[in-house]
Amino acid sequence: MVFKIIYRNILRHRLRTILTITGMAVAILSFGLLRTVVDAWYAGVEGSSAYRLVTRNAVSLIFRLPLAYLSKIRAVPGVSAVSYSTWFGGIYIDEKNFFPQFAVEARHYLDLYPEFIIPEEQKLVFLKERQAAIAGRQLVEKYGWRLGDIIPIKSTHYPANLEFVLRGIYTGVEKSTDEGRFFFHWDYLNETLEKNAPALANQVGVYIIQVDDPNQAAVVAAQVDELFKNSLAETLTETEKAFHLGFVAMTEAILMSIQVVSFLVIGVILVVLANTMAMTARERLNEYATLKTLGFQPWHLVGLIGGESIAIALAGGMIGLVLSFPAAQIFRSALSQYFRIFHVSSVTLIVGLLTSLGVGVVSAIFPAWQAARVSIAEGLRRIG
Amino acid sequence: MKIPLSYSFRNLWTRRLTTVLTASGMSLVVFVFAAVLMLAEGLRQTLVATGSYDNALVLRSSADTEIQSIIDRDQAAIIESQPEIALNPQGQPLVSPEVVVLINLPKRTTGQRTNVTIRGVRPISLEMRPEIKMGAGRFFRPGSTEIVVGENVARRFVGSGLGQSLHFGMRTWTIVGILAAGNTGFSSEIWGDVDQLMQAFRRPVYSDVVLKLRNPGDFTELRQRLESDPRLTVQVKREVMFYEEQSERLAEFIRILGMVLTSIFSVGAVLSAMITMYAAVAARTVEIGTLRALGFSRGNILTAILIESLLIGLIGGLGGLGAASFLQFINISTTNWQTFSEIAFNFALSQGIIFKSLVFALGMGLIGGLLPALRAARMNIVNALRAA
Repeated sequence: MVFKIIYRNILRHRLRTILTITGMAVAILSFGLLRTVVDAWYAGVEGSSAYRLVTRNAVSLIFRLPLAYLSKIRAVPGVSAVSYSTWFGGIYIDEKNFFPQFAVEARHYLDLYPEFIIPEEQKLVFLKERQAAIAGRQLVEKYGWRLGDIIPIKSTHYPANLEFVLRGIYTGVEKSTDEGRFFFHWDYLNETLEKNAPALANQVGVYIIQVDDPNQAAVVAAQVDELFKNSLAETLTETEKAFHLGFVAMTEAILMSIQVVSFLVIGVILVVLANTMAMTARERLNEYATLKTLGFQPWHLVGLIGGESIAIALAGGMIGLVLSFPAAQIFRSALSQYFRIFHVSSVTLIVGLLTSLGVGVVSAIFPAWQAARVSIAEGLRRIG
Repeated sequence: MKIPLSYSFRNLWTRRLTTVLTASGMSLVVFVFAAVLMLAEGLRQTLVATGSYDNALVLRSSADTEIQSIIDRDQAAIIESQPEIALNPQGQPLVSPEVVVLINLPKRTTGQRTNVTIRGVRPISLEMRPEIKMGAGRFFRPGSTEIVVGENVARRFVGSGLGQSLHFGMRTWTIVGILAAGNTGFSSEIWGDVDQLMQAFRRPVYSDVVLKLRNPGDFTELRQRLESDPRLTVQVKREVMFYEEQSERLAEFIRILGMVLTSIFSVGAVLSAMITMYAAVAARTVEIGTLRALGFSRGNILTAILIESLLIGLIGGLGGLGAASFLQFINISTTNWQTFSEIAFNFALSQGIIFKSLVFALGMGLIGGLLPALRAARMNIVNALRAA
């Protein structure tokens, strides 16, 4: 009975309901997108492993470390494997085509990152060939590459224009794994540098260390840094997570403002729905009095108004969340330079639904209180 | 005869709660709209104010930023001997090969380490950049391990005040002065002696060469000669253009994000205005019928309803702008992805932004009010009068 009245009430002002639902949907959509942007910011942090440490030059990332550190780090107790990589920072054809390229010591590197899955035969070919490169699935799809393609990349960091042969395509274990990276052999870069710029040769960007026991990570990190204290290139070793958090912290001002804006969105939704519910309740005040005369209790009225409000809110919220999937796609292609991982997480969906539920409840409070309180005589006397 | 303006006013006043709710929805949207524009404008102002039109920057040909660039001593010597370089009153050429690197410093607020630009310069560099004045303290002595820091660095980073010292490159550097560089990128930099810094960082090469042109018009000629010189692999840029390019990606990011957000938001606000105005029209059916019966035309009714909706837009716009203008007191800093270093800037409110925001708010009011106004204007007099 009550549900039927709610249903009828919703359909009474069809235009108003449609407008409100659309407004809700749009706001929840932007809320979902904003949360996804924040998630994308933290993608590197989420994808990090507790077993991995990153060692870099203590002065800053633009300074590199000598290759000679490798054997010393390997000897530290608790270290099970070490690899190294260098940020190539290259341009593929045009500046707009930004994607991260790493020159890596391939043999150990691929073992250190089990989340990148490469078919075994591709891996073998890659390891054997000097100019070979591996790219993530997304990257390959974006540029339409095929295995065996030659990919020329011009570095902005080094005097090196290199040509690579695509020999492998990796896929991520999880949806949130970055499938937009490009790996090639550090040796290939180093040989070129020995020819073009000997001063830059035999240096690596960061060492990646795998530890036996994540609980010992802090001890291992301290031991590594102790090794190179007071040397020309002092090191700073931190967990992979802390390393990525450092990047996030650099742009925290922007991140903060996005979060502030996402709260403002909730404000907008509240205003839209509260407006509708306030208007509806005001217009129907004498109806509520009639219902009371017929024997309906105040809590029936609260249920009626609350039910209507929540139903509208949830309808809008769900439409908005469904729309956020295609919207995220568009967003990702527009901002692919900045975000490689951009998918709407299940947490976002749940938070979005809860928010719309909350907005539905809050918007109903004032009108419901008014309707429950109004005396029959006063309500009946009132003209819309 | 027109329906007086006070009619629209009074109507809004009668439905105070709804008016306030609708207008505050709009002001939130205008606030976000204005804030994004102010952020992009602040960033632009900071980077455009950095550098002078008559300075030229010589970098390695494929380097986008100063830290990626390498100019060795031989190349620098060739660049320093170009005839277009201006002289100061003492007859010294206004040219400075500089080294630019990044160091990590912990922020005062969070303790998080972030990249700060440190620039090795010659004393003449200060003369070449008239936008920089010495604030507190003095400039560093050439050949010493003294440094001077920009105002934003002194304020934001642990141990970067006047008289304190920083440790990097196996040496301790004393801060002897603060650079008052105003609202420019140099406020976020540390300066030291170029030769001392190159030694400390074991870096045998310069990053780039900055020179002041005798005559700004000589730029094209200088660029053509240097870029085609077989001994050099360089590109030549005007300093102002260079710094503007440095902010392109960050500014574009802010712009895209902001425009996507505000366009989505504005749909919500327009719908809210539409709901309000439809309700206002529906509740006033008899009244509108009466007005028509009294001889007011359809056009009059349309105008009156539209004015009401525009007023809501105006209130929302003014509210949003008022709130956004307080943002000017906030100084924010972030890492510029292109240079990978920290840059501090303010939200900047310009006349253009005020104008755009108000037009945007009125536009939302107009679109929101148009359909309801048309419905009101189309009403049949007899039916409207009978509606009660």
